[in-house]
Amino acid sequence: MSDESSILFGLYVPPHPQPLLSPDANPGYANLRAAFEKCRQRIEESDADLILVYSTTWPSVVGHQIQALEESIWTHVDDDFHYLGSMPYNFHIDTDYAKEYCSAAEKRGLHARTVEYEGFPIDTGSVVALSLLNPENRIPACIVSSNMYANRSETIVLGKAANDALVSQGKKAVVVVVSSLSNRMFTEHIDPAEDRIHSSKDNEWNEKILEFFADGRLEDLSQLSREIHGQIRVQKVVAYKPAWWLAASMGQHNNYEGEVLAYEALHGSGGAVIQLTPSAGSFGDKEFDEDDVEFYQGDRNVLNKGNH
Amino acid sequence: MSKGEIVLGCLAPHPPHLVYAENPPQNEAFSEGGWETLRWGYAKLARKLKTIDYDAIVIFTPHWQTYIGTHFLGLPEFKSKSVDPVFPNLFRYNYDLKVDVELAEAMHEETAKAGIITKMMRNPDFRVDYGTITSCHLLNPSWDKPIVTISSNRNSHYYSNEVMIEQAKALGEACMRAIEKSGKRVVLVSSHSLSHRHFVTEAPLPEDMSREHIYNHSQYVWDMKIIDMFRKGQMQEVVDIMPEYTEQTIAETEAGGLIWMMAAMGVPTYPAEIYGYQSVIGTGNCIACWDPNIQTRELVL
Repeated sequence: MSDESSILFGLYVPPHPQPLLSPDANPGYANLRAAFEKCRQRIEESDADLILVYSTTWPSVVGHQIQALEESIWTHVDDDFHYLGSMPYNFHIDTDYAKEYCSAAEKRGLHARTVEYEGFPIDTGSVVALSLLNPENRIPACIVSSNMYANRSETIVLGKAANDALVSQGKKAVVVVVSSLSNRMFTEHIDPAEDRIHSSKDNEWNEKILEFFADGRLEDLSQLSREIHGQIRVQKVVAYKPAWWLAASMGQHNNYEGEVLAYEALHGSGGAVIQLTPSAGSFGDKEFDEDDVEFYQGDRNVLNKGNH
Repeated sequence: MSKGEIVLGCLAPHPPHLVYAENPPQNEAFSEGGWETLRWGYAKLARKLKTIDYDAIVIFTPHWQTYIGTHFLGLPEFKSKSVDPVFPNLFRYNYDLKVDVELAEAMHEETAKAGIITKMMRNPDFRVDYGTITSCHLLNPSWDKPIVTISSNRNSHYYSNEVMIEQAKALGEACMRAIEKSGKRVVLVSSHSLSHRHFVTEAPLPEDMSREHIYNHSQYVWDMKIIDMFRKGQMQEVVDIMPEYTEQTIAETEAGGLIWMMAAMGVPTYPAEIYGYQSVIGTGNCIACWDPNIQTRELVL
């Protein structure tokens, strides 16, 4: 485990609004809601100074955006699940940390900026996560976007910058990744009582991923991200990035205590609430294939190299 | 009641930069201008629209992304602030718009009959997407006509560009049937760029036009190819080439808007009116319209 890690534990939670808006529509949604509740209690009992959210449902284009508006107040409605109801929110954002994170990202070669605008549309995943994990704003939060063009090196560096900023401010954090496992939903409206994972193949992959999480094999999952993307992710963006960011921010190894608190279907996609806590033990030998990266070099003009 | 009709079909890209550059009172951000080729083209098309008698604007937007069917705005009024999640520094627009709910419901019903999954959106807290607002503002800054917004069902992501085309065609034909039954005169708007690869950094002054250019030459060549086909009225050929074009240029046509509009208009064989082409943060944007009335159709550029 990195000596410099300031992260008390990490959470992996789903972005869909059902656990927040309709937990009683399906026993699985209620199970996810109960898992969120357990995590909320654990956060409250921790020494965390900050909840840091990396949300796959906040895509950015111009670099990496970091929410910095101290009082972020609005009523959010989901594009697909608007009929489930509205999601009013009032989040307290750690502006100082947001600025430090932005600075740390820039120092590592990334294009990053804070956003501080009244009415900025905080995404469904972040609203669900913060509403359920920190309903009374006991702990200030921060949210970072997922750049739609970013791939591994950029995301790894973004994760490391999150930890840089925590270290430089001497803060302890709980980090939250908001993402589905398999993300293929049913393309028609269903009776929530009959919700299930979209296919056996998606379910089998999800269960394999959950085995890794339960064993604390975060870096192994990070190394498997490209395979996961190809197998069970609808190709909305270039890569499956949550494990890259989580591993880079928490420490790129397998020394974690893993706990899968819930795994359920959310309109066909795989939704899991998972906790990873840094520990002394390791799962054992790893086969890490890809190079680590500390500084983002931008486009490397691979095709032009032969011309020099 | 006379048979309803489509009186114009517009390709209307929605980079928020264009509203930002105009400095309308509804937008909080202030600019020194920029992207004049597109803005002046929009102004000319907006003047043409003022000469046409129509009842409603029906707009297909890629920025209301739905994965469970096609959704329609279903309340008579929406008033709020739209903040662009990608360019919040440029676009924070206070909108107050009216919806032709009767027409939206007719389209919803006709679309459902065609076997397409649909949903009416009736949550009053729903925030209208910035694609709708940008295109509608630039085409009709006075906002004196009701609109119908249709979401983009992302079949390209879930299946393929070919499936997207089939569904968008079926949706367009269903919307046309609803328009005909309604007796209304309708302007269709397909709100999107052509090639759609963005730069991932932004100039300190976003409207600094010395920094603006297409992302790469292949995007430009593809865009010119498509625009040339627009000029020649080869819209069936555009439909046929669309999967490859969309894949090669990461085009925003992936959302299905252009195919939807072409299908609703019976796939025009007459030339489009071209009002301008320019890049915005690397993407290729063309303003064009298809005027079914040969008396008012003109050669613009």
